[in-house]
Amino acid sequence: MNEIALLIAATIASGTPIALAGLGLLLNEKSGVLNLGAEGMMLIAAVAGFATAFLTGSDLLAFAAGAAAGALAAAFFGVLVIWMNTNQYATGLALSLFGGGFSAFVGAAYVGKKLGERVPFEVPFLADIPFVGPALFKQHPMSYITIGLVLAVAWFLYRSRAGLVLRAVGESPESAHALGYRVRWIRLGAVMAGGALCGVAGAFLSVVYAPLWVEGLVAGRGWIALALTTFATWRPMRVLLGAYLFGGVTMLQFHLQAQGVEIASQLLAMLPYIATIVVLALISRNPAWIRINMPASLGRGFHPNS
Amino acid sequence: MLKLEVRPQPSKLMSLASPLLALALTALFAALLFVMLGKDPVRGLGAYFFEPLNGVRAMGEVALKATPLILCALGLAVCYRSNVWNIGAEGQFLLGAISGGGMALWLTTAGVTGPKGLYAPLVLLAGMAGGAFWAAITAGLRDRFNASEILVSLMLVYVAQQLLNYLVFGPWKDPAGFNFPQTMTFDASTWLPSLWTGTRLHWGFPLALLLVGLFWLFMFRSWRGFQLQVGGLAPAAARYAGFSARSALWTAMLTSGAMAGLAGAMEAAGPLRQLTPHVSTGYGFTAIIVCFVGRLHPVGIVFSGVLLSMMLIGGELGQSRLGLPNALTGVFQGLLLFLLLACDTLIHYRVRISKSGIKATMKARAA
Repeated sequence: MNEIALLIAATIASGTPIALAGLGLLLNEKSGVLNLGAEGMMLIAAVAGFATAFLTGSDLLAFAAGAAAGALAAAFFGVLVIWMNTNQYATGLALSLFGGGFSAFVGAAYVGKKLGERVPFEVPFLADIPFVGPALFKQHPMSYITIGLVLAVAWFLYRSRAGLVLRAVGESPESAHALGYRVRWIRLGAVMAGGALCGVAGAFLSVVYAPLWVEGLVAGRGWIALALTTFATWRPMRVLLGAYLFGGVTMLQFHLQAQGVEIASQLLAMLPYIATIVVLALISRNPAWIRINMPASLGRGFHPNS
Repeated sequence: MLKLEVRPQPSKLMSLASPLLALALTALFAALLFVMLGKDPVRGLGAYFFEPLNGVRAMGEVALKATPLILCALGLAVCYRSNVWNIGAEGQFLLGAISGGGMALWLTTAGVTGPKGLYAPLVLLAGMAGGAFWAAITAGLRDRFNASEILVSLMLVYVAQQLLNYLVFGPWKDPAGFNFPQTMTFDASTWLPSLWTGTRLHWGFPLALLLVGLFWLFMFRSWRGFQLQVGGLAPAAARYAGFSARSALWTAMLTSGAMAGLAGAMEAAGPLRQLTPHVSTGYGFTAIIVCFVGRLHPVGIVFSGVLLSMMLIGGELGQSRLGLPNALTGVFQGLLLFLLLACDTLIHYRVRISKSGIKATMKARAA
């Protein structure tokens, strides 16, 4: 019983960074820009967050540093893609490759350094309920903040005027431009917000989840988060559920290993990636369903004078 | 105020000048970084761009590392020209190494003997089949289920790496290898022989150059290549002409998978002669940069393959000679692609000082 509660708690912890990154990419994609650089932004932010936490001892500053690093990396990508009309796929890929190299370079000094276990935040009273308490209410505060952020983004996109404008830019930049909205600045804002959230996700991984820095720490979570926006058909709540699903698959793999199941650990380690492929294929198999939900200008550049 | 203006026609000159400009900017950035790290920038740049070409032996190493890059990039160029975004060449490379290495291992345990390189063609064919199979998974899911080939091909990189780990830590581990995660050394008859005794450069390099010629013929002088390019440049026109997008997808994916697989098998049967978890040092990802820097053109890819290979070796030299971190190579690679994409803007646009912009700002200032 207690074991299952711990498994649920671990699932939430491992789903949180994917949810944060997926949510950021959702905002990003709602404006019509596809950023394949998620993995690179998360890696850069993971180093920035770890270094800040190591030097200052403050988690809050670490998350701020991660967000700033992610937003800065996203801004470089954004200027290239939005103003210079470079190919979005290639530029995102460049950011991912650059992030991998840059984080390894900067992070070399922090390999093997320890931060110490993070104390989970126990929600008063609720944490004392048997089973439910240890399963749900003994998490790092960021896990709760993530749920709040998902609700906030859902409200922003579908209930606020600014969200409506953002979606309009993503559906038809030409119309939004004709109405007088500054399409390129709005897109840059969305890209940087997405980068900041990916950055918080990266910092969460290195400061709370691991907590350590090794080269390639993010291990494909940026790409899983990119796939997640498609699974979720660009809906915030579904991003959260999908992220917990992947957190669950990751944890199941460790759980099975700990149980001494007769399957090689390397084969179990394939699980999250195979699960991503399977779910992606299942969700995408109806092209009409994807086309209805996908921001119509996703991946296309916009040049106001042409 | 600076403004980008669409050129009436894409500039041929800029399309060739842009990689050189990007390279110059990368070198400039590298020199600045060396100064910041307290190293001599001249020696630093020398390690990356001069020393790898200093002497026949060093040039052999450059060609050795350029071979897998050129092969992977040739296949990727076909993909990108057909607007198929295969970014999982790394996984296809690993599968090539696994199936090529597996073939060599099977022959070795079966006790084959013979002159050096007798069975190398079999090993290379197995590698091509393995790489093409891995790419076929991506193509099949794209074709049948409409799943993004970008994400699927990338996820399969992680799966391939774990598969390789499983094999060399488990069933394929050398029983006499002191528990190291590696297979036994293959029999000499399965090796890819060296071009000259004493160097590590093998027959894969001339084979890669031959394939460059074949790919040029295929892309620019064949009906099939023409169909692929039309499909990539103008999908609507291709549909109207009756060129099948499905067959383009399969052709591009299988070709690039086979090329990456060939490169993987060469790596296993050439310099390594056994399988370890570290068969690839990111060749499949570096090949993406090679492909773009080489202008998605087979001949350009030869030059950019040599360039990126020099940078890989330069990273090692910088580490051993100047104590620079090896991770710098990754920084420079990513930066080169970034700068290249930025410089490529000048192919389709020209920079103009916009008069209305100046007037507008002056008015705003006066007000």
